[in-house]
This record gives sequence, structure tokens and C-alpha cells, in this order.
Amino acid sequence: MTAGNTVLEVDDLTTRFHTQDGVVHAVNGVGFELRAGEFLGVVGESGSGKSVTMMSLLKLIPMPPGEIVGGTAKFEDDDLLQLAPDKLRAVRGAKIGFIFQDPMTSLNPVLTVGKQLTESILLHTDATKQQARARAAGLLELVGIPDPIQRLKNYPHELSGGMRQRVMIAIALACDPKVIIADEPTTALDVTIQAQIIETVRELRERLNTAVIWITHDLGVIAGLADRVMVMYGGKVVETAPVKQLYAEPQHPYTQGLLGSLPRLDQKGQQLVNIKGQPPSLYSEPTGCSFAPRCPHAFERCLNEVPPLVEVGHEHAVACFWNTETGAPRDV
Amino acid sequence: MSDATIAPDQPAPTELADGDTLLRVRNLTKYFPITKGLLARTVGHVRAVDDVTFDVIKGETLGLVGESGSGKSTTGRVMLQLDKATSGTVEFDGRELTKIGSGELRRTRPRMQMVFQDPHASLNPRMTVGSIIGEPLVEHTNMSKSDRRSRIGDLLDIVGLDAKHANRYPHEFSGGQRQRIGIARAIALNPDFVVCDEPIAALDVSIQAQVVNLLEELQDELGLTYLFISHDLSMVRHIADRVAVMYLGKIAELTDVDRLYTRPRHPYTQALHSAVPVPDPSIESARERVILTGDIPSPANPPSGCVFRTRCPIATDRCAAEVPEFRELEHGHWVACHYADTEQAQLVDELITPA
Repeated sequence: MTAGNTVLEVDDLTTRFHTQDGVVHAVNGVGFELRAGEFLGVVGESGSGKSVTMMSLLKLIPMPPGEIVGGTAKFEDDDLLQLAPDKLRAVRGAKIGFIFQDPMTSLNPVLTVGKQLTESILLHTDATKQQARARAAGLLELVGIPDPIQRLKNYPHELSGGMRQRVMIAIALACDPKVIIADEPTTALDVTIQAQIIETVRELRERLNTAVIWITHDLGVIAGLADRVMVMYGGKVVETAPVKQLYAEPQHPYTQGLLGSLPRLDQKGQQLVNIKGQPPSLYSEPTGCSFAPRCPHAFERCLNEVPPLVEVGHEHAVACFWNTETGAPRDV
Repeated sequence: MSDATIAPDQPAPTELADGDTLLRVRNLTKYFPITKGLLARTVGHVRAVDDVTFDVIKGETLGLVGESGSGKSTTGRVMLQLDKATSGTVEFDGRELTKIGSGELRRTRPRMQMVFQDPHASLNPRMTVGSIIGEPLVEHTNMSKSDRRSRIGDLLDIVGLDAKHANRYPHEFSGGQRQRIGIARAIALNPDFVVCDEPIAALDVSIQAQVVNLLEELQDELGLTYLFISHDLSMVRHIADRVAVMYLGKIAELTDVDRLYTRPRHPYTQALHSAVPVPDPSIESARERVILTGDIPSPANPPSGCVFRTRCPIATDRCAAEVPEFRELEHGHWVACHYADTEQAQLVDELITPA
């Protein structure tokens, strides 16, 4: 793990959506740190707030109906949430790159790959057109696309799903960003193609010193990639720990349930653990722990008080009133 | 039994599996025409399923895995006669389904049901849950209204929903609950055979386990036989007794679950196996991997010879020239690869072994 300086420090981020049916409390006081060169895996199910959290940082959520109610996001001495639009634009795509889930909808179908790659290079650097094109070809080669100069002339529909996602990664890397946020980048791909992309990302990690936030619902995908993992539920961080620690000694009942409900390729005959019930409704502000209605250990305090994220070990924090190790309430 | 092979032009000489066979699928093929122009001239065919042969044994769960475009869903649909086979036969409990008339087929339908992937698209939003589950009862039985109502209540109860919810509409339920409704509809007529087409792919991880556990309970209680179609190899390992791996319309390998996951012989199965991430960082960082290059070719224009040869790490000239026979390597272990029984077909020395 390369534990460098903190590049991104998010504190108490709160995002809501004002919809016809009421206010959706999508992100409720999320805080985390990202260090230079670090690979942070963010895990959660649909509606856990993992994507909205990261999109909020760069104001990529539609506003309205979205509203960033509060919080700070410190990046290079600035608070991203307070930056003027033109300053924020200089950060997006240049210092913080974004990779979206579906490369078919996030690439422009009527522009060539080359055009889309050089666009951000020309916008954010002083490069000439020729330099930008050379850099674009270099980037395609870096992400493992054969025959890069020819590929620059291709349109997105001429490429396969895996190739398109490689192009997305190349675009995100175009201006040597400090941070890349990847939102479920392999979810739409078949497993053998996913394995190709993961292998490419693993190689890139060793060559570049970019910090990565990798959002996923698949605990398998990040097991071999991440340095640290953050688990989200109901718009909050419920547990964060170094990757080995999280898988070996999960502390939050939700993390435990999630790992128990996963069938494993290398094991057979295991009984899958049911997490009973449904994910929480986000239409009301949580008054207690969001997981309490589904939690096997919930007691009265869990329903009335929101558990704070407290340190329980080296870099290991958990938001739960119950200590699953001792089988007794936690002293917080 | 090395001579017990299935050639396209001869009938299956032996049973493909032990036990009582419920379905016998032989040389099943489904081509979809590609049409062009105003007169919809046929200019080619998508070979969705191409000469597939296997058995389904009574009471088992046969897993059917493959990537998108491998033909696994089409296989399931053609088996249930939801799509008409181009050629080949499907024998269900001794009856040849591809040849029988519509009346007889209709009388067979209650015994074969399907659970669909998308619980949002497969339930009519304008029908109450009770009428969705009751529809097969109306169509295929002479039950009185009150009998039907109590059966609907029982079914809701069996799948873990509240019987009082029969008057609600699908949109009032979550994805997992909707999938339970789809399952209740599928088992309403006490079928023998249920095709589960990616039943959990659209669900969140914590809900997937709920639905899979329900399917397993129902199988024990009702003696169901499943064809479980999925791209999730980990889940198939959990639920299946035997597994068939499909690639580009063909079965690459078919054997019992233990052998498929510990001693796969087809290069594609091994590559698929090693592509699936395991939720364990210490295993993940140390794993030996086979990374396939390239993408799945188009089923409209599949490669000559072995369909996998364009991505296969051990392909030779022979693979381009000859279609590999789907042959029985050892008892109950079927592989379509020229080199399955040779050293070089073992791509990784050690697969991650069961704990």
C-alpha cells in the first residue's frame, strides 16, 4: 500500500433529491479520506448512495432536483463543493477523471474516439493538435488497445464493449489526473472481458501513481485490487478497513451478512446467509441505524440513535452499537 | 465408454447421464434469420443454438452457464417450445415436444414452467398479484373461484409473501418480492420442470441469496427439476448438481458440479473459471490467471472448426479445420475439445481448490 498524503478529504457530505414523492435522503453525512496513489473500493447495493456520493463531489448530479445540503470536500487546498463553476471545470476531467458504468452511453456516438480523447487534452493542457493526437495514441496503447493510430479514427459503435471501456479509461487518464473515480466500470461486461479490464487496471496501477475510487456492488471484483474498502448502506458509511481486514474480520453486521450471502467459486455446499427484509426507504431522514430493521443484533438504541463511525482497529472504523466480537453493546 | 460419442447424424447411443431422465435434448439447433430490405430477404442466420445435446435428470438442477450471446437463454426457450426449434428434438418425459400438435402441447405446458430474469418486465403491471398467480389456474384447471383464492393464498405463503397482498399490484413490491411472485406463478400448477432464466441477475446481492434459498427449498418440498440459466459461475456452483458450459451456441463442457469446478477440461471452462473474482483478497492477489484475448465472435459468422479457437490459448490448425466432437472423456464428463485429454489442455496448474 502506498500511504501517501491525503489528496481528497470528504466530511459530512449530505445530498438530497427533491422529487414529486418527497425528499430522498440519498447521502447522509458521508466522510472519508483518499491518499495519493491509494485504491479505495466503495461497496454497496443499489440505493446505498455510493454513486451519488462521488457524483456530488464534482457536482455531476442534476441540480435540481438534487441538492448538496452540506459538507466539505477538500482537494488541493480547495473545497470542491464551494468552487466556482469555471474552477470546478478545470478539476473535472483534468485532475479528477471519471469512468462510468456503461461505455455505450457515456461516449458520444457521433464523434470518433480520437476526437473524444484529444478533446480533454486540448481543453486542459497547452498541447497542440498534433501533440494531443500523439498523446491520445499513446494512451490507447497504454490501456491495451492494439493498433492505436487506426483506432483513433473509429467511432464507438465500431468497438466492442470491452474496447469501449478501455477508451473510457484512456479518456480518464488523458490529463494525468490525481484521482480517478470509476463507477461500476466492469458491471456491464462479461466475465472474461471483465478479467481483461481488471488485469489492465492492475498493470496501470503499478505504472502510474493515480489514486482510484472504484465503486462496485461486487465484493469479488475489488478483493484483488483495493488497498482499502468502504462499505455503504442507506446513504452512510457503515464500515471501512484495509482490504484484508475487511474480508477476514468484518465488524458490521451488514458487511458480515453481505459476505455471507455471496456464493463462492472456490467453495461448495455452504449455506447462503439471508439478510432478511428489504433495503431501507430513503424518503425519511434516518432516526436510527438504517440497517436496524434487518439486523440480527439490533436493540433499542439502534432504533433511536444514529451510530457514529468509530475506530475499532488500525484504520478500521465501524458504525455500529453492537460489538459482534464480544457479543455485547459497544461502548460509544 | 470412449466410443459413446454423439455425432450429428446418428441418434444418441447411450444415456448422457445417470438416473431417470426427464428431458432428452438431441442435436437441438435454433437459427434466427437475418433479413434485409423491403422484402425481408434472408441474408444469413444467427446461430443462437447449434447442435446441442444433453439430458436433464429428474430432481436435479442443471446449471447452464455462458456469457452473453452464448445461446443459453435460447436453449431454455426452445426446450419449452416458446421458440420453435430449427432442427433437433426435445423429449419431455417420453414425449417428443417438437412434433406434437398445439392441443397436446398445451396439455403438457402445466408441467413445464419458467421464471424470467426481469421481475419488472415479466409481470403485467395492470393485473393484481392474485390474478397474475391465478392466471395459470384459470387457464389450465377447473378450480372454483374460492378454491382458486385459497390456492393463491397458499402460493403466496409458500414463496414467503403475505397472503393478504393478493389484491396489490406489482409496482407495490420490491425487485426481490416481485421475483417471488414470478416464482409463485411458475409453481402454481405443480410443474415437474422449471426453467429459471437468470432469476437473480437483476437483484441486489443480499436479495439474491433470499431468492436462491427459496428456489432450493421449493425444490426439496415439491421435487422440482430446474434448468438454472446464469452467467454467475459462483451461484451456479452453489445451486447446481450438473453444469453445462455454453460458448457461441455450443456446449463446450458438461459434467457434475464438482468435476466442473475442480477439474475442468475445456480451455474455455478454465478461462471462465479463472476470470471470476473471489471475494477473498489473499486468494485474489495470489491467483494464477488465464486471461482470454479478444471478444466473443458474432454468432452470425462463427469461426470454422471449433468456435472457441479464435480466443483459445492452445488452438492449432486442426481446430480451424475440424469441429471437435462432443465426447465423453470419462463417465459423465463430456467435452468438445480435440485436446481435452492432453497435457496442454491444462492451462493452469492449480485452480483455486475448494476450502
